[in-house]
Amino acid sequence: MKRASLHDIAAAALLLALALLPAYTQLTGNLFLLTLFTRIVILALAAASLNLILGYGGMMSFGHAAYLGIGGYAVGILAYEHVYSGFVQWPVALLASALFALVIGALSLRTRGVYFIMITLAFAQMAYYLIAGLARYGGDDGLTIQKPSRFFAPIDLTDKTQFYYLCLVLLYASIYLVWRLTNSRFGMVIQGARSNDTRMRAIGFPTYRYKLACFVIAGTLCGLAGALLANQANFVSPAMLYWTRSGDLIIMVVLGGMASPFGAVFGAVALLVLEEALSGITEYWQIILGPLLLLVVLFARGGIDGLLHSLGRRLNLQAKAEP
Amino acid sequence: MTLFLEQCLNGLQFGLLLFLLAAGLTLVFGIMDLVNLAHGSLYMIGAYFAATFADWTGSFLIGAALALGATLLVGMAVEVIVMRRLYGRDHLDHVLGTFGLILFFNEAVRLIWGPEGLSLPLPSWLNTALPILPGFDYSAYKFSIIVVTLAVAIFLYVLVMRTRLGMLIRAGASNREMVGALGVNIKLLYTLVFGLGAALAGLAGLMQAPILTVQIGMGENILILAFVITVIGGIGSVRGAFVAAIFVGVVDTLGRAYLPDMLDAVLSPDAASTAGPALSSMLIYLLMAVVLVVKPEGMFSAGGR
Amino acid sequence: MSAPLLQVEGLAKRFGGIVATDDLTLEVAAGELHAVIGPNGAGKTTLIAQLAGQLKPDAGRIHFDGRDITALPMHRRSTLGLARSFQITSLFLDFSVLDNVALAVQAHAGHSFRFWRNARGEEELRQPARAALERVGLSARADRPASALSHGEHRQLELAMALAGNPRMLLLDEPMAGLGPEESVAMVAMLRELKKELTILLVEHDMEAVFALADRITVLVYGRVIASGEPSDIRANAAVREAYLGEQEAAHG
Repeated sequence: MKRASLHDIAAAALLLALALLPAYTQLTGNLFLLTLFTRIVILALAAASLNLILGYGGMMSFGHAAYLGIGGYAVGILAYEHVYSGFVQWPVALLASALFALVIGALSLRTRGVYFIMITLAFAQMAYYLIAGLARYGGDDGLTIQKPSRFFAPIDLTDKTQFYYLCLVLLYASIYLVWRLTNSRFGMVIQGARSNDTRMRAIGFPTYRYKLACFVIAGTLCGLAGALLANQANFVSPAMLYWTRSGDLIIMVVLGGMASPFGAVFGAVALLVLEEALSGITEYWQIILGPLLLLVVLFARGGIDGLLHSLGRRLNLQAKAEP
Repeated sequence: MTLFLEQCLNGLQFGLLLFLLAAGLTLVFGIMDLVNLAHGSLYMIGAYFAATFADWTGSFLIGAALALGATLLVGMAVEVIVMRRLYGRDHLDHVLGTFGLILFFNEAVRLIWGPEGLSLPLPSWLNTALPILPGFDYSAYKFSIIVVTLAVAIFLYVLVMRTRLGMLIRAGASNREMVGALGVNIKLLYTLVFGLGAALAGLAGLMQAPILTVQIGMGENILILAFVITVIGGIGSVRGAFVAAIFVGVVDTLGRAYLPDMLDAVLSPDAASTAGPALSSMLIYLLMAVVLVVKPEGMFSAGGR
Repeated sequence: MSAPLLQVEGLAKRFGGIVATDDLTLEVAAGELHAVIGPNGAGKTTLIAQLAGQLKPDAGRIHFDGRDITALPMHRRSTLGLARSFQITSLFLDFSVLDNVALAVQAHAGHSFRFWRNARGEEELRQPARAALERVGLSARADRPASALSHGEHRQLELAMALAGNPRMLLLDEPMAGLGPEESVAMVAMLRELKKELTILLVEHDMEAVFALADRITVLVYGRVIASGEPSDIRANAAVREAYLGEQEAAHG
């Protein structure tokens, strides 16, 4: 019987805290906290999708934010054209993201290493310029969304608490999905390809098609996050696709830790809470974040996941003598 | 016709400027195997230093020279403090670490110089038009950029191909351990190479400063182009970077100048006004994607110097 | 006489100015252990890389079981029954030993677009994996991370992974590399056992092992075959002695 590790306890505690948050904000009347954490939950979903290809698959995509934008703009554009039904908008968002991921992945996965990073970056920039060039849909200034996605009653996305829970449920589902995926045969191939792609092909796996499938799944999930983001902010802009936003997602994944599906949640919470806290102290908070990121890369490469694991091991050893 | 010639020269000038950036990037990658996202920050710092020093000393040239020196120093400091700890690590670590540096530099600049950009006015003796051909005048400043960068390109060529330092650089690119085993001070070599790259980036920044604004984040936009060039030219190849940079500069400039008009002729005005600017911005990325799909290691992969 | 299982004709490969493989022709009969020897730089690993599909030859043809596989991608050769071990340890170091072999089993157990079931719980993958580990003598280390194994154990694991797919033929690239005397004896015994059920192409430097195991030997120098035949013929061949064995005998005293 495996003892619950510190890491798992922390993860469970965080998920529980997230579930109880709306109760807290109701009591204290702190609506801002609800908005902040809705954003955190959505970005955690996006980060979890990136973790799938980056942490497990070793595919360093610097263009993942593009799917946030594609998913978001699918909702935004349809809303602009007076199509408010979520049953139309969201599938379109998912489909569009999947298609883009298929094309971008099919081309990018022919390269490796730093070339892969560069080409995914290039494609994301292309998507950025494409969307910024759509004058009808706001261009550079972005597009306001008049009404949120409409589903059937009693689901009402204008209700912030309801919306939060919808996002949270989707986050839980995504984490579970990623967990199942990475432990399945498919996940073994993906992780094997990260570990040693040549050996994988030598033993008989056509790794390209599996990596592509993984890339599409990740892109689709991120597109979902984009659709949620559009509803959260009632606004979409090309800035969602800019390559530095992909950088933010990568930071979340690394900060949180790439060893588990929870890492993304840890990372998103840590980064965004840190941002809020630091910007309270100084408006130049990024001057702290930058070196902090560097320090994490140099000394705490496993991120929060890694720290919890080593802390847990140390505490276990102190609690009782291990054989 | 003269308009076309002007655009060609603009493309050449832009390409040469991009070459300065790409050369530093590709050298650092080729020799130290380091992916440096913060290269654009050095470009930005060069511009900021130039604007400040020119303002203090009242002279464009002295300000430029001081800025070059200052950027070189900053570059070497960054190499000693940060880059040394990143050598030999995964490229992901490089990307993350240097991304952190970008955040740091952007904020540091904002702290020191404020959120609004600076301006670097041209001295009157450069702010004229030169008669290049009968009936065709070209901006004297832009022309001088071409001259200076070509001179730097020649200098780089001589340095890499003809000097002892250059030989060490080329040797280090193919076999790091060997060069170290020969008793060469690898640490110093790396610091020098990185400093050289920083100086080149700073030079590009300060030369572009009078034409574009000097602002925070100016590095990121151009950095991507420099990376695109590095990839097209082949990582580690300065010669490849030169050819690719000129090509990219000319294509980008001509694309922006003529593509919207060309689309106007073919598409409806509505579609053209949307597609025009979008397509010209995308052109370079399309180019890189095509190159990578056809030849995933870049056109002149490391080996061609 | 039945047709050879592996047939290589006129294989050639250059790297810039260097000729790694030069008009190489050889045959491996089904059931035999065919050793390929030669001094360093003879192109032995390049040969294996081409046979396995990692490198594309400039000229020549490779036939396996009557089928032209020259242009076949690497991952398809394994499916046909041609397995390979690597000279430089090429394992999945962040996985456990059992996981490593299970992956090799999984490659031959249909497609892997299975997204839900826990692969580590699938007995149809784990069982053959454990069996392969048992065969090479690594059962005790099954749950350790591959990175924790000694060099000798890595070579054993390499072999287990090659065996896991139930191949018909093994391409072994210096399986004895870096092994101590005890481990070498064990490896030779293991290969002798395997000989009974598999065809083996063995690239090796260890002459004792080669002469103990090989049914036939081919000698490569600078990518060319200079001699091919039974061990006793090779020992007696003057050109071979001069080019290669002479150095070896001088070294061993």
